[in-house]
Amino acid sequence: MTNHHRVIIIGSGPAGLTAAIYSARADLAPLVIEGEPSSTSDQPGGQLMLTTEVENFPGFPSGVMGPELMLQFRDQAARFGAHFLTAKVTAIDFSERPFKVWVRDEIYTADAVIVSTGAQSVMLGLEGENRLLGHGVSTCATCDGFFFRDQHIAVVGGGDSAIEEAIFLTKFASKVSLLVRRDELRASKIMQQRAFKNPKIEIVWNTVVDDLVGSIRLEGAVVHNVVTGDVTTLPVTGLFVAIGHRPNTDLFKGVLQMGDNGYLITQPGSTYTDVEGVFACGDVQDHTYRQAVTAAGSGCMAAIDAERWLEAQSHRSHG
Amino acid sequence: MADGIVTLTTSNFDEQVTGSEKPVIVDFWAEWCGPCKMIAPILAEIAVEQPGVTIAKLNVDENPDIAMRFNVMSIPTLLVFDKGEVRKRVVGAKGKGQLLEELNEFLPTSR
Repeated sequence: MTNHHRVIIIGSGPAGLTAAIYSARADLAPLVIEGEPSSTSDQPGGQLMLTTEVENFPGFPSGVMGPELMLQFRDQAARFGAHFLTAKVTAIDFSERPFKVWVRDEIYTADAVIVSTGAQSVMLGLEGENRLLGHGVSTCATCDGFFFRDQHIAVVGGGDSAIEEAIFLTKFASKVSLLVRRDELRASKIMQQRAFKNPKIEIVWNTVVDDLVGSIRLEGAVVHNVVTGDVTTLPVTGLFVAIGHRPNTDLFKGVLQMGDNGYLITQPGSTYTDVEGVFACGDVQDHTYRQAVTAAGSGCMAAIDAERWLEAQSHRSHG
Repeated sequence: MADGIVTLTTSNFDEQVTGSEKPVIVDFWAEWCGPCKMIAPILAEIAVEQPGVTIAKLNVDENPDIAMRFNVMSIPTLLVFDKGEVRKRVVGAKGKGQLLEELNEFLPTSR
């Protein structure tokens, strides 16, 4: 494999892999730099690799497991000739063409780059969190729910993903306390109803986690009620965090235009960034919808934008 | 073990792991775990490149007693056994470079 490619795609969630399927079918033989395995941050396959059942992806009437769906995306891209590099991009230079992308000492060049690095879950930022990760604190309900059979555990968050995790975890746990910062849920109506109806889910309103107890494994979570100020220790052996996301844009600071929230800015109705020849798709540029299907849609847009832009460039240089 | 990876179960665990001359790296995994699927090919490569260690897999779904015995509460978890003792615990999926670094002291052929 030579180190020059027509298109390099950075990231391999639904957006990056859809961009790979489309650009591979357009004979652009894209290189997908898919990231490195991780249980705590971004990883090949994206956020769906850490989720459970996906019920809202069209074409799967009885649902599909997130990791399974992403392996299918990847196989489909590979089938049409996309190349994969299981590594994390360490640096970029978009100041001149061809664009340069580094993986440690190795340099890769491309005529066009599609950025689809996505977003990752935000952790609570508590002292014990890293120490107890894998010992009761988890970032992956699918991976770890199994180990909490007949135990009392907690899920932090009030959005769709928090409720999805809580419901999944009731398959194993005897009780799931859903710790919600406010007095209402951010989640969609259908998910709210499911949470209210589930006898194993107890919603603890107006509550934030202050501290984690346990040296070798999690033994409890110290929480306080933001209205009454009451402090209590919940005797939970498992804690799953689903409080929100931040975009994976550290690599592009000072290079690509981004908003105050760190999300990349694309020209409305397109995937063009402020650097000509660099396109962005998926959650890295979308803090509004953040769905697998919208990410896939924008990945398709990025591939088409890149293909047309490359086409126009070659006319310019030959004409 | 056509691919050089030993499949462990409750019944052969002690014989294969405790009785092994070489260090054994045990990958605790399950079918439903996305990150486990991502590190599987890396471990297959290490199995080929590092004949000085044995790479083994244990399905926690089918053998929950072994997972419980070694306090595995998150997968993927890698446990390195040497002379029957747990010498190292690596929790969570990692890239190949980082994994080799963590396992370095048990890999005779790496510098």
